[in-house]
Amino acid sequence: MAANPMTQFEVYRIGPEIKVGSFDISFTNASLFMVISTIAILLIFNSGSKKNSMLPNKIQLLAELSYTFVSKMISDTAGSKAKPYFSFIFSLFMFVLFCNMFGMIPYTFTVTSHIIVTFVLAAFIFIGVTIIGFIKHGFGYLKLFVPSGVPVILLPLIVVIEIISYLSRPISLSVRLFANMMAGHTMMKVFGGFVISLGIVGGWLPLSFSVALTGLEILVAFLQAYVFAILTCIYLNDALNLHH
Amino acid sequence: MIKKIFFQLIFFNFFFIGEVFGAESEGMPQLNPEFWVSQIFWLTLTFGILYIVLSKLILPKISNNLELRKSQIQENIEAAEKQREDSETKLREYEEIILNSKSKAKNIFKEAREKTLKDISSKREILEKQIDEEIKKAEREINDLKKKAPEKINKIAIETSSEILKTLIGTEINNSSISAIVNDLSKKNEGKYYDN
Repeated sequence: MAANPMTQFEVYRIGPEIKVGSFDISFTNASLFMVISTIAILLIFNSGSKKNSMLPNKIQLLAELSYTFVSKMISDTAGSKAKPYFSFIFSLFMFVLFCNMFGMIPYTFTVTSHIIVTFVLAAFIFIGVTIIGFIKHGFGYLKLFVPSGVPVILLPLIVVIEIISYLSRPISLSVRLFANMMAGHTMMKVFGGFVISLGIVGGWLPLSFSVALTGLEILVAFLQAYVFAILTCIYLNDALNLHH
Repeated sequence: MIKKIFFQLIFFNFFFIGEVFGAESEGMPQLNPEFWVSQIFWLTLTFGILYIVLSKLILPKISNNLELRKSQIQENIEAAEKQREDSETKLREYEEIILNSKSKAKNIFKEAREKTLKDISSKREILEKQIDEEIKKAEREINDLKKKAPEKINKIAIETSSEILKTLIGTEINNSSISAIVNDLSKKNEGKYYDN
């Protein structure tokens, strides 16, 4: 019988229980895939930057293309002032991308399908961007909530809306990634369940759906990593170039 | 038929939904806070390590590589540009030399041709003069011979006829009568033998 499509998101402990004070920080399958993603990124980019040949080999080309891709994305959306934050956005993009992609391998765990992970990332970005904004513009950063060219009568309403939209940024950012990953993986699991339950006679149709969904999910995995990174750039742009 | 099977399969799928979700659902594991702290801890740890290693070690190297390659390519392009200009000037010089030597060769050829033509014409003049002289001499001789020929022939004719008559008749005949006959005949037949 087909398993519950949500069991793939279950976190379980690998190895002994580790406790710091009253907090349980045991090594889990989620931690395992975070570590795997990190190691994979570091290995690929380390071997991609080792030697500088005039004609790059495949892995070097991959590393350099990723570098120029992210750097172009940042300069396009946040301008040249965002250069100091390049490393952070690059790591963020790569981390999310690799976690998403590792989740596409059967029997693996998708780190980014957990709201707590994406929310911590988004909250860190939100707090960081807000701090940067206040450092760069002082209390002038609050002008972000007062758009220019708005009638005075409407101002109270607009300011409230702007504040709400600003505060909901970490939620929208984290839920977007988490919901996309969870929905995609649940769908695949459901169709996989259909293949088993319909057997050799009727299983071909859900199987073909499953194959198509895999392709779609790989696209979504890349796209969501890209969206996550580019939204971070846009928030950073608001903090760096205040143009309200 | 195939269409019917297709739609039946789709309906069949929905028929089985209950069975697929038959296993008891415990809600979303994502909302179970049991491992939240663990996930936050490991996320911070791994992402922190990733960020530090990437920003301190790997990304500067990649950017350095890219810049190095860029500058090297720029240098190569400049060098290529310079060499291209050099080769163009060389080509221009070469064309100039070729043009000069061509005109020189033309001049030399022209001079040589004129010289040889002059030589030929002078030699030809000399030759023509010589030929003319020779022709004149030959003509004079021919004329002389022509003038002298009838007399000699007449003389030979007279002597031959007198000899023939002498052998035929046995007596000597006066030469003057024979010569009168011969002269008469030669005058009559002059046009026949010397029709020039």
